[in-house]
Amino acid sequence: MSPAAVGTEEDGRSKVSSTVASGSSQSLDCFSQNGAGLKERNYLGLSECSSVDSCSSTVPSMCDEKKENMNLKATELRLGLPGSQSPERDPNLYTLSSATFDEKPLFPLLPTKDGICSSQKTGTAAVSGNKRGFADTIDGFSQGKFTGNTGMNPLLSPRPSGTQSSAMKEMPSKLQERPSPANNGTSHNHAGASVSGSAPASKAQVVGWPPIRSFRKNSMVTTSNKNNDEVDGKPGVGALFVKVSMDGAPYLRKVDLRSYTTYQELSSALEKMFSCFILGQCGSHGAPGREMLSESKLRDLLHGSEYVLTYEDKDGDWMLVGDVPWEMFTDTCKRLKIMKGSDAIGLAPRAMEKSKSRS
Amino acid sequence: MNCFPDEVMEHIFDYVTSQRDRNAMSLVCKNWHRLERCNRKSVFIGNCYSISPERVIERFPELKSLALKGKPHFAYFNLFPPGWGGFVYPWIEALAKNKVDLEELRLKRMVVTDECLELLSRSFMNFKCLVLVACEGFTTVGLAAIAANCRFLNELDLQEKEVDDPKGQWLSCFPDSSSLVSLNFACLQGEINLGALESLVARSPNLKSLRLNHTVPLSALQRILRQAPQLVDLGIGSFIHVPNSETYTKLKNTIIKCKSITSLSGFFEVAPHCLSAIYPICMNLTALDLSYARIQSRALIKLLRHCGKLQRLWIMDCIGDTGLGVVASTCKDLQELRVFRSAFIDRNDPLGVSEKGLVEISMGCPKLHSLIYFCQRMTNAALITVARNCPNFMCFRLWIFDPVKPDPDTMQPLDEGFGAIVQSCRQLRQLSLSGQLTDRVFLYIGVYAEQLEMLSIACAGESDKAMLYVLNGCKKLRKLKIRNSPFGDTALLMDIEKYETMRSLWMSSCNVTIGACKALAEKMPRLNVEIFNENEKVDCSVDDGKKVKKLYVYRTLAGRRKDAPEHVWSL
Repeated sequence: MSPAAVGTEEDGRSKVSSTVASGSSQSLDCFSQNGAGLKERNYLGLSECSSVDSCSSTVPSMCDEKKENMNLKATELRLGLPGSQSPERDPNLYTLSSATFDEKPLFPLLPTKDGICSSQKTGTAAVSGNKRGFADTIDGFSQGKFTGNTGMNPLLSPRPSGTQSSAMKEMPSKLQERPSPANNGTSHNHAGASVSGSAPASKAQVVGWPPIRSFRKNSMVTTSNKNNDEVDGKPGVGALFVKVSMDGAPYLRKVDLRSYTTYQELSSALEKMFSCFILGQCGSHGAPGREMLSESKLRDLLHGSEYVLTYEDKDGDWMLVGDVPWEMFTDTCKRLKIMKGSDAIGLAPRAMEKSKSRS
Repeated sequence: MNCFPDEVMEHIFDYVTSQRDRNAMSLVCKNWHRLERCNRKSVFIGNCYSISPERVIERFPELKSLALKGKPHFAYFNLFPPGWGGFVYPWIEALAKNKVDLEELRLKRMVVTDECLELLSRSFMNFKCLVLVACEGFTTVGLAAIAANCRFLNELDLQEKEVDDPKGQWLSCFPDSSSLVSLNFACLQGEINLGALESLVARSPNLKSLRLNHTVPLSALQRILRQAPQLVDLGIGSFIHVPNSETYTKLKNTIIKCKSITSLSGFFEVAPHCLSAIYPICMNLTALDLSYARIQSRALIKLLRHCGKLQRLWIMDCIGDTGLGVVASTCKDLQELRVFRSAFIDRNDPLGVSEKGLVEISMGCPKLHSLIYFCQRMTNAALITVARNCPNFMCFRLWIFDPVKPDPDTMQPLDEGFGAIVQSCRQLRQLSLSGQLTDRVFLYIGVYAEQLEMLSIACAGESDKAMLYVLNGCKKLRKLKIRNSPFGDTALLMDIEKYETMRSLWMSSCNVTIGACKALAEKMPRLNVEIFNENEKVDCSVDDGKKVKKLYVYRTLAGRRKDAPEHVWSL
């Protein structure tokens, strides 16, 4: 890498080079050497302790644009058949990669400087500077010129210049010898220029996440309706998911009966779950104020004659929730249903009495 | 090169069993190609639509063992419309018509009907081994046909079969003298005839591997184990009993005699107090699958303390970081670890596992080479540590509950962590990423991951460059799976020849348009380009600029397939 491109070096950020014998050392050797060399910083000493609290933020350790240039080389598009590589390119690339990358086999954590590579996708000035730097480099590459872009703070420590610079000096010449084919170059420009920043979908919109196989999900539900023994007297071992349906709701919910110990807990949880349907609001993550309002409203509705909580037992009969002891209820309940009071004529008055006696 | 007569060459070839080596051998010269193809007995086809059965049969006249995969891996997560394809019937039909002497059939993610199984059982006299992983479409009726007609059956292995099946008497259909070595029906949901099962075990002296489904109670298990103390691999169905009962005591005494068991799985229902019956055999275990077992972490930890020789552990995240610490200190030989998301919440460790557990494992188990890890959070520091401690990873698949979560300590993307993994683990073949990730991590992957064959991405990257780094840099890439990431037409069309070197490409919820897919299909006749959007019928008049919801591209020599359903648009 021509020194001009390196720019100012970070002060003592990484003192790897002192322990690196030669650029083409084996990576394993580098590990041990680097281990010694990096002890000063000892971010890698993290292996001793299980949690990290010493580092504040991560930054790529290498000179970004330098690596990007070489990486561009490594990831250069070919016109030829996939897999074919021009012979003179490989050895150079290999020495380059072993020279530079093995020296820094791991990525020591370094505090950010100027917010480089901050995580915000919206792009702070530094981040966009980063991207601009890369795009500029692509432009330079396609034009067959090696641009020394100082948009980034290179973090590279002084390196043994012997093998390095000779290898690096070959780089620019290589670049000039074989500028990327014109059409690829231009499309590179397009790719580089158009940094489409469409943010990845939020968690809620990702279908099939987390990637649990449907077989696994289904089988857990199937066996969940059988009882497990308790362990250490703790109630609620294992999960007992039952469907909860509500008249007029577009979809059903599931609750784990074992995570509650009383009817009160269950009914307040159901209130929370179905409040959005009662009040015609979507999403259950409303502001606390709104939630409280809806809960109390819902409680009134549920404990009034509007809605009645019923369950289907093992025999297939629909029963009113609350008659039997909680343990017996969880043993026999197969699914729950929140019925409208009008559908539960005859049950409703008792529901009111029950709920009053409960609360 | 050919100083030896053909017979000698064939004899030498017989020692080479790896598919990849065989494929390489057949490329050496025409003579080797001819010798190899006439000598090859076992063929693996990663995508059943990539070639027609007739061509396979023609090329390999000595074919005895066939392995096929149908739907790609993403089909597991309900991303594929039902009826998409993967029908095995044409294959079995072709094999039967050409009188292939089929002995083994291994299918994954394919549609296997009872009709297929019946045809299979009647067509191949020497049929020995049937393995169906995550296949659908058959019932116990088909199984009964296999049991009854395949006189020399020694392996029947069903895994992850989804459909509930009616009760059947298939177990009674096995012949009187059974040569069964391996029987796995752990995934079947229905009741089975316990008497028939016990009788089958009693007359199968060669039985080494038996995996029961959840309806087999502990009492039956005890009787079975008494008949088959030679078992090497056992899958327990239900493991619940009243403590100190006679049955339970009998079981404990029986298990102690099963000294050969090295692999244990199942535990679909388990009472923790019963687990102590297992302790005596734990020290022999090299593989333990508790990924369906609802056991709280305390009981799990107790059990795992006995398992010093474990090499493979599949477990749910209710084990918690503490439990993983115990694993790290106990199981020094651990090579493969899978930590799955549990469907129930352990009050002790409600958050599952985090980066701490993984770091402890990496410190205690340096031989680890295969990992699946569902966690609640992950940090760059932890990944760097893991990369340094375990440089032998071949399979590294990490999923965070929130797919775009950054490093919670530093609020940085996880680029550096995964970058360390690919740089340190030179043999890495399979990689799944999650967490907040920018284009940078793909740069690292493109540069370092030279052996990478499978890459799975979700909600990652910022621009087309990311995909380009991977396509350009990973020369050995075979399967690329992308969803919910901002990659568009430029990335898709930049290097279309690359796709012919890969098995398949999947992109869903990205920024690829119909027009680009059409262009791809037009330029590359040896690729099948399929688009599907849920269950809507294909509307060919749709504007080219419309974004594609799901795109599946795979290389093929068989041309466009004819069995695609209506909602799959083959361009």
